[in-house]
Amino acid sequence: MSLIEVENLKVHFPIRGGVFQTVKDHVRAVDGVSFSIEQGQTYGLVGESGSGKTTTGRAIIGLNDITSGKVLFEGKDLASVSKKEYIDVRKDIQMIFQDPFSSLNPKKRVVDIVAEPLRNYEKLSGKEERIRVQELMELVGLSPEAIYKYPHEFSGGQRQRIGIARAIALNPKLIIADEPVSALDVSVQAQVLNFMRKIQKELNLTYLFISHDLGIIRHMCDHIGIMYKGRYVEHGTSEEIFTNPQHIYTKRLIAAIPDSDPKNRELHYEKRKLVKSEYDKLEKDFFDEEGLPFSLKSISATHQVALPERG
Amino acid sequence: MNNVLLDIKNLKTSFRIKDDYYAAVDNVSLTVRKNEVLAIVGESGSGKSAFAFSIMGLHTRAKIEGEINYKGNNLVEANANQLKKLRGSEMGMIFQDALSALNPLMVVGAQIDEAIFLHNPKSSKSMRKKQVISLLNMVGIPRPEKTYFQYPHELSGGMRQRIVIAMAISNQPEILIADEPTTALDVTIQSQILDLIKELKEKIHAGIVLITHDLGVVAEMADRVAVMYAGQIVEIADVYTLMENPQHPYTRSLLNSIPTLSEVKADLHVIQGVVPSLQNLPRTGCRFASRIPWIEESAHETSPELHEISPGHFVRCTCYKDFYFPEQAKEERNYVAN
Repeated sequence: MSLIEVENLKVHFPIRGGVFQTVKDHVRAVDGVSFSIEQGQTYGLVGESGSGKTTTGRAIIGLNDITSGKVLFEGKDLASVSKKEYIDVRKDIQMIFQDPFSSLNPKKRVVDIVAEPLRNYEKLSGKEERIRVQELMELVGLSPEAIYKYPHEFSGGQRQRIGIARAIALNPKLIIADEPVSALDVSVQAQVLNFMRKIQKELNLTYLFISHDLGIIRHMCDHIGIMYKGRYVEHGTSEEIFTNPQHIYTKRLIAAIPDSDPKNRELHYEKRKLVKSEYDKLEKDFFDEEGLPFSLKSISATHQVALPERG
Repeated sequence: MNNVLLDIKNLKTSFRIKDDYYAAVDNVSLTVRKNEVLAIVGESGSGKSAFAFSIMGLHTRAKIEGEINYKGNNLVEANANQLKKLRGSEMGMIFQDALSALNPLMVVGAQIDEAIFLHNPKSSKSMRKKQVISLLNMVGIPRPEKTYFQYPHELSGGMRQRIVIAMAISNQPEILIADEPTTALDVTIQSQILDLIKELKEKIHAGIVLITHDLGVVAEMADRVAVMYAGQIVEIADVYTLMENPQHPYTRSLLNSIPTLSEVKADLHVIQGVVPSLQNLPRTGCRFASRIPWIEESAHETSPELHEISPGHFVRCTCYKDFYFPEQAKEERNYVAN
């Protein structure tokens, strides 16, 4: 059984207007998304800004209300469990945020930040708590003596690791990482990514990795889902998406990544022009009247593409 | 060489912190040539933006020393009025965040119009309007007549960046400085903007200084690359040499730390330690030494200089000769043991 299964998830935000602030319409931020993640794997959710990838992550962890659909975590539907049950489940799902500068309370010491989830769920004595926080700090490669410092005393990469320490404090099963490295410099990025892979092995963690950077996604993920306007355009293993993309949007996304070899730049430029003209030509076939992608169709056991009805 | 547009010599930009001056840009010498893209790469805090702002004369409270020679004038000594005349006409700048670079209360057409008017006060209104429309066309705005009357908030991020570019090139600048022009944009939009800058280079023959932290963008765009670390240029070469045969430990580490699409590595290289803050910069010796502690101290120079190791390829400090990655050393040792 998969650790988490998302079935036809929809998150709609109401648009209010008029004198009485009545609901006029909805923004369909997430509009029918389904995927599942196996224990110990990393699932990548890719898309441009506004594609709904962050909303999907936030809906799973309960930060956005689910309009319809199911989120099955170990078989329990998070959209319909009672509040009491939900609190238990919530322990097993944690989140790493994008910006390590705004996701840590500047007025709190590191010990209070990392211990917050422990204080919510486990009744530890002051001493036990301190020992646990120090263990966590060591685990994320920070000095245990640093627990009485404030966030501003750390660098960006170190802060992100404090965020990770907080996320793994309760031994969660699933971690939702929303653009965990996009606010960091390249060298620090590498440090955080390596570290995330290391603790994944050690603690048998499952990641839902949300990012717009395809290089990082390729590096981290086993399976990938590409989102566009709240829907999936393509889903498959990392290999399938990068070597055999089928949807014109995926092709365009991959062609847009700069090539790191300057000798290929003319070639790459030509290819991008080609993909762009193909996109313009086939746009009507690949998207419906509203400009939304069609529903997914399987082209192999693991690879699904939002192809038009006629095929 | 005749095609040198900007000749920068020993530029030093210092900021005052408490009672002392600290150099964010330290002794940078560079030339910007006509019809080329010079990329300046570095992480945050490397001084790349401070450098760009120094060229444009946009620092208000910094102490700038050295020479920025442009058409026989030293811009470091130029007064505010002279700089004002140059900015926006002969020197254009594209900023990172298009939304804050545009006036939210003016339609975008009027903003470009203003940029032209300031430098050609005698131009007629209808002429300018025509010019704005053709500029909007040039930067690939689909319906220029309509977009002319739109406000920045009505446009998407990519469109806004196009407007900023249109404004920067409105007076046919000879030098175009692009400070992280695509960092705030999605990849598909980024590739469109980069292609646009490339096409414009062909049309306006300007010298483009591209400031970025993204080595992929560098590989796509640059003719020459200068790598900055802690306020200094540590390596400078043409893009092919730099990407294929990087020499300075910092450049090599940086290239090794990015995940690429072509090969999936088990682990990415991590540069140890942190970029020293301005106040904690070592005043002598190799600034990168603290990040590569496994390299012997004797490998570094006491006052590192740029060495020309092949024509046009400069590397700072002698430590590049003895540099190796610690992971490699381990492998080699295993190999010997086996």
